Amino acid sequence: MQKIEAVNDFVIKFANINGSGSASANELVARAILRMGVPVSPRNIFPSNIQGLPTWFEVRVTERGYLGRRGGVDMMVAMNAQTWDQDVREIETGGYLFYDSSRPLPRSRSRDDIHVIGMPLTELCNNTYSDPRQRQLFKNILYVGALAHLLDIDASEIEKLFGQQFKGKEKLLDSNIQALNVGRDYARENLKPIGLKVERRDKVGDHIFVDGNTAAALGCVYGGAMVCAWYPITPSSSVAEAFIRYTQKLRADPETGKQRCAVVQAEDELASIGMVIGAGWNGARAFTATSGPGISLMSEFIGLAFFAEIPAVLINVQRGGPSTGMPTRTQQSDILACAYASHGDTRHVLLFPEDPYECFEMSAQALDLAERLQTPVFVMSDLDIGMNQRLCRPFAWDDSAEYDRGKVMTRDALDAGADFGRYLDVDGDGIPYRTYPGTHPTRGGYFTRGTTKNAYAGYSEAGPDYVENMQRLLRKFETAKSLVPLPVLTAARYPARFAVIFYGSTSPAMHEALDALAEDGIYLNALRVRAFPFQNEIADFVASHSKVFVFEQNMDGQLTTLLINEAGVEPHSLVTVVHYDGTPITARFITHEIADRVAHLNVHPLKEDRVA
Amino acid sequence: MTYLAKPRLHHPTLAKNRVGYTRRDYEGKISTLCAGCGHDSISAAIIQACWELDIEPHRVAKLSGIGCSSKTPDYFLGNSHGFNTVHGRMPSVLTGANLANRELIYLGVSGDGDSASIGLGQFAHVLRRGVNMTYIVENNGVYGLTKGQFSATADKGSKSKRGLANNDTPIDLASLALVMGATYIGRSFSGDKAQLVPLIRGAMAHPGAAVIDVVSPCIAFNNHSGSTKSYDYVREHNEAVNRLDFFPQREEITTEYGEGEVIDVRQHDGSILRLRKLHAEYDPGDRVRAMAYVQEHAARGEVVTGLLYVDNEACDLHQQINTVDQALNALSAAELCPGSAVLEKINASLR
Repeated sequence: MQKIEAVNDFVIKFANINGSGSASANELVARAILRMGVPVSPRNIFPSNIQGLPTWFEVRVTERGYLGRRGGVDMMVAMNAQTWDQDVREIETGGYLFYDSSRPLPRSRSRDDIHVIGMPLTELCNNTYSDPRQRQLFKNILYVGALAHLLDIDASEIEKLFGQQFKGKEKLLDSNIQALNVGRDYARENLKPIGLKVERRDKVGDHIFVDGNTAAALGCVYGGAMVCAWYPITPSSSVAEAFIRYTQKLRADPETGKQRCAVVQAEDELASIGMVIGAGWNGARAFTATSGPGISLMSEFIGLAFFAEIPAVLINVQRGGPSTGMPTRTQQSDILACAYASHGDTRHVLLFPEDPYECFEMSAQALDLAERLQTPVFVMSDLDIGMNQRLCRPFAWDDSAEYDRGKVMTRDALDAGADFGRYLDVDGDGIPYRTYPGTHPTRGGYFTRGTTKNAYAGYSEAGPDYVENMQRLLRKFETAKSLVPLPVLTAARYPARFAVIFYGSTSPAMHEALDALAEDGIYLNALRVRAFPFQNEIADFVASHSKVFVFEQNMDGQLTTLLINEAGVEPHSLVTVVHYDGTPITARFITHEIADRVAHLNVHPLKEDRVA
Repeated sequence: MTYLAKPRLHHPTLAKNRVGYTRRDYEGKISTLCAGCGHDSISAAIIQACWELDIEPHRVAKLSGIGCSSKTPDYFLGNSHGFNTVHGRMPSVLTGANLANRELIYLGVSGDGDSASIGLGQFAHVLRRGVNMTYIVENNGVYGLTKGQFSATADKGSKSKRGLANNDTPIDLASLALVMGATYIGRSFSGDKAQLVPLIRGAMAHPGAAVIDVVSPCIAFNNHSGSTKSYDYVREHNEAVNRLDFFPQREEITTEYGEGEVIDVRQHDGSILRLRKLHAEYDPGDRVRAMAYVQEHAARGEVVTGLLYVDNEACDLHQQINTVDQALNALSAAELCPGSAVLEKINASLR
């Protein structure tokens, strides 16, 4: 029988039951491989549940550093009877099925083209432990031990990780190491070697292993967020929770221990965005973290902030939609909802991070942009980036950089007789000056409203005042183009007439797919869009290719719509390719879709000097 | 409303308070509400209270929701920053503003539609959190700006201007504030300046969540017989009912009454508002007793006014979440950003 043979390049999937303690055991496998200098990319595929429903953890071992989801499974650790059939089906031909053989397995429920590795985990555990909880938890560590043997994972790395995890809890440390050894010993004595191996390398470098939500929270700490108001919603809750964790240490006044920031868990998303807007109005840097349903609820307020020109940062960790959505599945399906959030004519600044590094960078940057532009700014993360640990560049901070607090008129300027019109475009960039409440006893005070106002914030229902204000807001949005991050071009090795546009969490799978396509002689230029409003570079890029594939993780091709609406691109030159089943897009999917389409488009002979 | 601009020059003999401002320095733009509107009396009371309290006007941030009442912050404290937010959500905006800068005085102005209907949730939660503010509800039992629909404080059985009876149980905001943990709760009547001004002064000085439910008659849409929050306008001005857009100039309604009495305040249009002063022995420090007292009297059709409850040991949101003493919006980058050396350590912990 065929046998998958691979060194440092395979996918293991763990099928577990939620709440059984499997998550930390599985993460241990991923981290141990990482410590051996081999990049891994783990993904949690979990239910909206605390205990009992199926959950999966997929670890891609990838010496070449491809961090997207590959697709396919080389080894399945099947620990959940509920999903057995589905899990067994998913294994690649020649792959491996590892299972708990304490109870006999009917042949009818296995496959002939895979290698079945049975280990009596329950029996071994029951023989070793008497406490029911220990029997459950250590079953996980037992299979970690067995996998360490089968895959050649350095057990001393696992022991070191235990040492860190159970520092000061020696009893737990000893019992975990014992369980690990029971698993290893059994595997050594009883299991046949397999074709998947991990070999020590030096491919991780100084990269860090972190989830996007933690990174975004840290970006807000570094970006100087003073107020965080939030409402729990998967998959964004861990942004606020990480912010709380970090600020308790990093924002404590060294003398008094008091906090240099305020965090409020609001009663709903309407209140959380209201608090952010109140804080922004009053001169504090403020943010909220939410997901699609929260954005829907916040929409009225987002419009107010746009028209009243109040800085606000929203970290939107997108999940499946529409309506209440698939809370534990990933999508990029809030692009249009955020770009045009609210009633009336509104447009909002969006940033698209590709990984935790950019979650950190863009969250900090969003706080600057929001104050510079006096408007809501969205950081469009998603579940795939936000809730999975991902290898990425180490976070960086330039200590000489100052926060951009935007155009704020001071008491001194008012005393010097500056002409203060809250909505007056004095610099021609559409951005007016503002004053913080309490600035001056007699000057600079104003009444904040939505649209019913003139340039001096006086109440006005006059049409020309409204139009003038809207035109200024358009100028301001134009100014935003020069401030938001530029798209990133990955040029093909040869001149290409086809191209791809992608954004956010599609990035790692796309880069892998581009490599695979190039190996097959299909060359494409690739542009990663990092922000809305779109710079002219994007329209130029589209114009210089005959077809541009836009890859999106939503059904409607929302970025494509936005490009057609806002970037002035020719609709017929865009081909939208979507992946929206709630699982992260894979390199295999992208490669297949592009190869198919290019073959179709290449029916006619190409020009001599061009390659597809 | 009037179209005559107010003179900008003040009479030199106008009395100044201890921070050097005359009462007129606390005024705002000319009201655009209907002549005789109770809300204008409340604005006047706020002006009076701030002047008497020697508050520098620009140290007050005034926030409101949407509705007639929420327009009023434009009509007082003209040098203060104001924020006309969205319907029913002023409490969250005020909370955020307060978090940003604890050094200012926060005044929230809302109505019964804004606070008891669309904004009931935020009304309740801002009180739970103990946000240091004065929250005034200008309560007329009706939606004025959309022309006469019932609000959630309209009494069961009371009739709309079109003759429809309200079937729903009213929400008593003072009782709700007692349940939700507000630490200063008053109720008053817009026409009773002698009672209202001291209540506002007390609220502004209170270091926690202070609420004043002010019954404030709507002369345009809740001014007919059969309404429990109105004056019998029909009897005296029959024409006006049939001519909805015409409102005769009226004087402000004022009442004076002594301690511990039930008083029928007879208005110039002949309607009656029954008000009861609190007993001299009433203990405003007993939250549970206050709830019972308010409810017992409400069952008899009486509106209890005055200072209903005050917690002398109130603590506010900033104390509860242990923020630094200075305004957060004034913190420097050095105080906010942990710097690259700390970040390198964080990076190391993530390897």
